[in-house]
Amino acid sequence: MRDAAAPAILRTKRPPDEILAIAALAALLVAAPLAIYPFLLAQALCMALFACAFNLLVGYGGLLSFGHALFFGWASYFAAHMAKGFGWPPELAIAAATLCAGALGLVAGALSIRRQGIYFSMITLALAQLGYFVALQVPFTHGEDGIQGVPRGKLFGLINLGDDFTLYYVVLAIFLFGLFGVYRIVHSPFGAVLKAIRENEPRAISLGYRTERYKLAAFVLSATLAGLAGATKAIVAQSATLTDAHWTMSGEVILMTLVGGMGTITGPVLGAFVIVAMQTYFSAMGQWVTVIQGAIFVLCVLAFRRGVVGEIAARFKISL
Amino acid sequence: MTVYALETEGLTKEFAGFSAVSDVALRVKRHTIHALIGPNGAGKTTCFNLLTKFLEPTRGTIRYEGHDITGARAADIARLGLVRSFQISAVFPKFTALENVRVALQRGRGASFDFWRSDRLLRHYDERARALLDDVGLDGWAERSAGEMPYGRKRALEIATTLALDPQMLLLDEPMAGMGHEDIDRIAALIKRVAAGRTVLMVEHNLNVVASLCDVITVLTRGRILAEGDYAAVSSNPAVQEAYLGAQIAGDGHG
Ligand SMILES: Nc1ncnc2c1ncn2[C@@H]1O[C@H](COP(=O)(O)OP(=O)(O)OP(=O)(O)O)[C@@H](O)[C@H]1O
Ligand SMILES: [Mg+2]
Repeated sequence: MRDAAAPAILRTKRPPDEILAIAALAALLVAAPLAIYPFLLAQALCMALFACAFNLLVGYGGLLSFGHALFFGWASYFAAHMAKGFGWPPELAIAAATLCAGALGLVAGALSIRRQGIYFSMITLALAQLGYFVALQVPFTHGEDGIQGVPRGKLFGLINLGDDFTLYYVVLAIFLFGLFGVYRIVHSPFGAVLKAIRENEPRAISLGYRTERYKLAAFVLSATLAGLAGATKAIVAQSATLTDAHWTMSGEVILMTLVGGMGTITGPVLGAFVIVAMQTYFSAMGQWVTVIQGAIFVLCVLAFRRGVVGEIAARFKISL
Repeated sequence: MTVYALETEGLTKEFAGFSAVSDVALRVKRHTIHALIGPNGAGKTTCFNLLTKFLEPTRGTIRYEGHDITGARAADIARLGLVRSFQISAVFPKFTALENVRVALQRGRGASFDFWRSDRLLRHYDERARALLDDVGLDGWAERSAGEMPYGRKRALEIATTLALDPQMLLLDEPMAGMGHEDIDRIAALIKRVAAGRTVLMVEHNLNVVASLCDVITVLTRGRILAEGDYAAVSSNPAVQEAYLGAQIAGDGHG
């Protein structure tokens, strides 16, 4: 009898839809350089990974950070400095900068996680602003100029990242690693507790969960993945600048996640591509891009709270 | 070792000058079912919140199994085996009934920080979770989303989730509110059954249930203990009749 029930559980508990969506996305991204500049795509992938990292915290942990640029921007600086200043190979620079972002996440999380709702958001914003001003002042970030001319180097001493196509596929591998990481975290024993806390924190506490620890762990994981995105971006763009640490970057990642669909695995990826495409192809419109972005933001909040992917998932009763 | 599972001394909670709970000395004997009754706003839920440290007491001490837990944190009190349910039914709405119970089982049995493993691991708990759901009459509801269940079913699910922790002591805040007669009978029988070897403190407005289920009754009015004893003693107490039972029985046609 239990055997007969098992496939039904399989279907409801572990919808393969998310995995199918990830696979479809991966296939699309493998073919994408045929149509679009790989350099542009690689940059978009960094933003997409950033949005996925952010979504892990807000979509599954219910924690809205206003300061995720802190991790993205600083990981970008670290990676740029390690690759240029220290002459480290790209894989080492990215890995080390990612870990630094995780450590930064531990500090920022420990300071903010006890606060609820808007107070949490405000503390993350304040910490990110602090990080921004430090970036403006310390010498190695080179203030307004940023770190320029970061060498891409050779991956593992073998693969020359100077070639845009090669670079793109390396970035795609990093991105897919991050995306699958988010999927794994969300569908892990830890993820189950995290979602329970999002659903009803007092109840989770009454069951004996020390909820701050789980939220802190989610914060650190999210910061680490945001760091991976920022560090990769430094190698792709061959620079690290104040823009990446600015509060508008924290805002952009919220917008991307919201447009694509908070709490869906693939939504933030779509959201990131939509926003990056707008900024790229409408760049001739100057300031109007910001206005359009604002309008989209308002529209999402008012009418499409679930975001594009979220709406599709809700319509077809699947999880994506 | 004391005969009391839970003891409070001078327990007081003030909200901006107004005393919701005043100088309460509550003693719950081990392995009994103890009722906390009183009119609306008497401070019963506030008491529960203090005992489980969801609220910080203004004054007073709380001892659980001889240990002072006044300074403990809510999650740690649950870990000591003192687990509460909520008056407003508290489920994880987007989870299925099965997943609700599983979250509780998972806490007791570990792996809760493993973010790199598949949650397929949690299927080990399915059998136990289903048994717990069957116990509260939720067989056939396992795959339903908790948020879409009718109110009475949610309450039953909450009890199943609480029992999943196998607590030494249960604090149930109106576990049968909003249930039909059949459900009430089933949950009453369930509470009686699980109370074997456990201590239960429950808030309940249904006096039939209290009379048949509870060994000791404490009556609370305006944050203070008015009377205490078994049902016969409490219901014949004139002060209680005036403050609570009289009004209740007069207004309660089937009571
Ligand atoms: N957080 C709070 N802030 C201010 N007053 C509160 C708070 N919580 C409860 N109260 C007040 O304390 C009093 C006791 O409330 P409590 O919820 O404990 O009553 P109760 O006995 O559980 O009532 P009911 O039978 O309606 O559930 C009420 O007057 C209530 O308004
Ligand atoms: Mg109450």
